[in-house]
Amino acid sequence: MSFWTRHQIFEKNSIVLIVGILAVIAIGGLVEITPLFYLKSTIEVVDGIRPYTPLELAGRNVYVREGCYLCHSQMIRPLRDEVERYGHYSLAAESMYDHPFQWGSKRTGPDLARVGAKYSDDWHVTHLTNPRAIVPQSVMPGYPFLAETDVDTATMADHLRASRAVGVPYTDDQIANAVADLKAQADPDNAGVDAFAKRYPKAVARNFDGKSGAPTEMDALIAYLQMLGTLVDFKLYNEKANLR
Amino acid sequence: MNQSQSAKWMTNGEAGLTVFFSASAFLCLIAAAKALDTAFAFHASLGAAASLAAVFVILNRYFDRPSSLPLQEIDGRPNYNLGPIKFAAAISVFWGIAGFAVGLLIASQLAWPALNFDLPWTSFGRLRPLHTSAVIFAFGGNVLIATSFYVVQKTSRVRLAGDLAPWFVVLGYNFFILIAGTGYLLGVTQSKEYAEPEWYADLWLTIVWVTYLLVFLMTLVKRKEPHIYVANWFYLAFIITIAVLHLGNNPALPVSVFGSKSYIAWGGVQDAMFQWWYGHNAVGFFLTAGFLAIMYYFIPKRAERPVYSYRLSIIHFWAIIFLYIWAGPHHLHYTALPDWAQTLGMTFSIMLWMPSWGGMINGLMTLSGAWDKLRTDPVLRMLVVSVAFYGMATFEGPLMSIKVVNSLSHYTDWTIGHVHSGALGWVGFVSFGALYCLIPWLWNRKGLYSLKLVNWHFWIATIGIVLYISAMWVSGILQGLMWRAYTSLGFLEYSFIETVEAMHPFYIIRAAGGGLFLIGALIMAYNLWMTVRVGEADEIAPMLASPPVALQPAE
Repeated sequence: MSFWTRHQIFEKNSIVLIVGILAVIAIGGLVEITPLFYLKSTIEVVDGIRPYTPLELAGRNVYVREGCYLCHSQMIRPLRDEVERYGHYSLAAESMYDHPFQWGSKRTGPDLARVGAKYSDDWHVTHLTNPRAIVPQSVMPGYPFLAETDVDTATMADHLRASRAVGVPYTDDQIANAVADLKAQADPDNAGVDAFAKRYPKAVARNFDGKSGAPTEMDALIAYLQMLGTLVDFKLYNEKANLR
Repeated sequence: MNQSQSAKWMTNGEAGLTVFFSASAFLCLIAAAKALDTAFAFHASLGAAASLAAVFVILNRYFDRPSSLPLQEIDGRPNYNLGPIKFAAAISVFWGIAGFAVGLLIASQLAWPALNFDLPWTSFGRLRPLHTSAVIFAFGGNVLIATSFYVVQKTSRVRLAGDLAPWFVVLGYNFFILIAGTGYLLGVTQSKEYAEPEWYADLWLTIVWVTYLLVFLMTLVKRKEPHIYVANWFYLAFIITIAVLHLGNNPALPVSVFGSKSYIAWGGVQDAMFQWWYGHNAVGFFLTAGFLAIMYYFIPKRAERPVYSYRLSIIHFWAIIFLYIWAGPHHLHYTALPDWAQTLGMTFSIMLWMPSWGGMINGLMTLSGAWDKLRTDPVLRMLVVSVAFYGMATFEGPLMSIKVVNSLSHYTDWTIGHVHSGALGWVGFVSFGALYCLIPWLWNRKGLYSLKLVNWHFWIATIGIVLYISAMWVSGILQGLMWRAYTSLGFLEYSFIETVEAMHPFYIIRAAGGGLFLIGALIMAYNLWMTVRVGEADEIAPMLASPPVALQPAE
């Protein structure tokens, strides 16, 4: 009985064929994916990484909703030109609380992994409203409607709760005060700023969109953009520390 | 109190689906009333309306139909079920044109950003997933469902399994497309490329896809042929693997069961790996295995020649499904994904070249002894050129997966060009070729309305593809080189925006190429429409008799 004759068992029995297919396609995925959940070297331990504040998370959701990731990556590769253009290469830890990840696959616009603190809030407001007002050759769409849309705060605590359920370490305190923290971060005169700063050390509270009133999606998106890539202090980061 | 033979009863399927859709209409109405966001309210209302329509249609069909279900065989010949196939084939043409048109719009937006109109639902970021989903899942998916239901019946010589189930698959799948597409415009997305639909659309797709698998499998199980034909291996691998990928990539926790937003279970590195395990195998199993099945049925059929090598098809089948699964990490070269995974991804991507070309050789060599038909039959030419494009794209892919090459090509238009040489040249042309064969067969026509128009379609679309991919090669490599260019003093030579500006002429050429491809598809739509409307009916009609005609003697 030759090999070719033996193959008939697959050709004559649909259930055997299905089992064969499942077995063959399972191997590659199992080998490549499962170790990522238990190999400690996958995600290095780095100081400074924290979950997003409620306002940043709301901004991140705007970023996702508008499909920003389709033109902007958030993943700086360890190549000379990228490190010089964008800053230190991206660490796995920097996106460990990203559900889903936003590494992107295309740079129609520049990488944003370290765009935080590179431009002023005012620059971002103008640029997001009409990119060509600042960069005449830009092909980015304008997002003037963000400044006119208030952040939907009603379910903010549920957002944090859902994030915690999938692995982001929000505390009960942070969840309970989600709406208060969101409002405090967008308004430096808010009475809750101190409590906010205690719950999210080093997070910045500012009036990001420069307008008074309830926090807008413009506030949220800029709060998110301004913190991108700023959590790790690379003056202190030791890239040898995590070699195993 | 014995019921007579002629008494009419609802089948389990009819009764079960009536109950299911009644419950679903009720639940959707509650969800619409309690919805937290307008997109969710809209989708829940659509769900309620569709459920009510389904209940009405099922009951109406029940009252109209004779007491017995359509026969499995008539005069010793299988009574093929063609209705759902006709629907899927026709709507694939509609979705194709819609998807190509949105593609042309977003290509033009990159050349002329004013076309974004600064509105949420017309901006590039929301339209791009609409384009990719419309062409891959709406156009390609309906072509795959239509051809798989046709091929599995013909090569098994039995009627499709299930009575309502095939319609449930076809209509349910297109309802998923509707929910996904309108969701993108309203900003409902989980931002995983080619898996953007949110949790409730994913759940619905799971139900539809499992039914699809069951219909296909049960048809195979009751086949009258001893062997399962090679095309069906590929269809089966496509259906099963897509189910596995869909379940692996999409587990998510909704913020509320009355809202559209969810958070995906995986985060960061693991999410990236899951995403491109899914993403690359959506290419490998949806856009390759499924369409290879089309190649294995339609090319031999059209060329009237047997498949070149049975043994090559065995090797090529098992090798391609085994190797493809490993290739995902080549989308993540030089990222924070561990190096060992990147290296595995690259290695298997290069090995993948061999079974890919094995498939190409098997398809092309099927023409042995029939090469002259390429001169006279533009449909066969389209099918054969699609395989040539497949060969080209599957050579370019392994090349781009090599880390040093990828360091240049990644993040640039080269990737976009590579995808489109596969998507337009391979998937597009093999689908067009299959539709040109299938529509006359389904509607019982002797041939197409006009072969001359097929010829026009072929050449206009080919020129479009060539313009598209060469523009993207030039712009991609140019941009990659500009990003890494240094002056003699050791400074980066170009600012980012200078590289954007340099892309402008190529974006115009690309849009022109896409426009030609769209024009070709419109010619096809007209040709197929005229084939159905005025094409002459075949003389040997009973072979393809549709159920109502076949049932007349029994009435």
